[in-house]
Amino acid sequence: MKLRDFVCFEATITELQASDRDGVIEELVASLDKAGKLRKGKSKDISREVIKRENEASTGLGKGVAVPHVKHKDVKQVVAVIGQTSAGIDFSALDKQPVYSVILLISPSEDPDKHLQAMEAVFKHLQKERFRKFLRQCSRKEQIEDLITEADEEPSW
Amino acid sequence: MQAEEDTLEKDTYEVELEIKNSEGLHMRPAMMFVDAANRFESEINVSNGDTNVNGKSIMQISMLAATCGTKLKVTARGPDAREAVAALQKLVEEKHFDEPKPKKK
Repeated sequence: MKLRDFVCFEATITELQASDRDGVIEELVASLDKAGKLRKGKSKDISREVIKRENEASTGLGKGVAVPHVKHKDVKQVVAVIGQTSAGIDFSALDKQPVYSVILLISPSEDPDKHLQAMEAVFKHLQKERFRKFLRQCSRKEQIEDLITEADEEPSW
Repeated sequence: MQAEEDTLEKDTYEVELEIKNSEGLHMRPAMMFVDAANRFESEINVSNGDTNVNGKSIMQISMLAATCGTKLKVTARGPDAREAVAALQKLVEEKHFDEPKPKKK
């Protein structure tokens, strides 16, 4: 599975308005909803579930990135959205540093294997310093799409 | 060749571990794995056959896509390699990360 197979680029937010973690999650889920990626009327419930999961253990794994996620019964296919903030958001990250790039991921609860494959695609890129740096520098949606396409296609990236 | 001799002086232990919990090695168990690995001084490598990663890095462990039933090769190298391998084996195969196993095979 490749990152571009399930990232909704239309819903990308290059400069998040929210200034706290829960607000960022709600903003990204709402953006997916607006792009027509979620079942009607489920957006609030999904946000709540992502926040609940985040409260159990932070998905801010360090190095300025966070991957809030949840497995949800009302989602049929893995879907993700990318949000960026130049101000930095406190995600209670493992390294206690602010988060600048957020990849929010929602997976169907009945297919845990798909969720793992999506996570593999996410971290294959995120674990590379160059990718994190380039991602943070993207200021337009198209740049993010181009970066991900390039990283997906080029194994040596 | 000097480098090889140096590694030979250290203890190396290797074990194949099967993921038993039905949700696989998702982020929560991955964090438990990394926490356990970080309690040891030894270098710890984990391989799923295609990808070989540092067992102490949460981002790298998340790249394994280790579903239920996946077999991982865990290699520890260092003064406490034997203990490290034993602890990880217990976490993955005996305790299956304190998560449910599949209902039926």
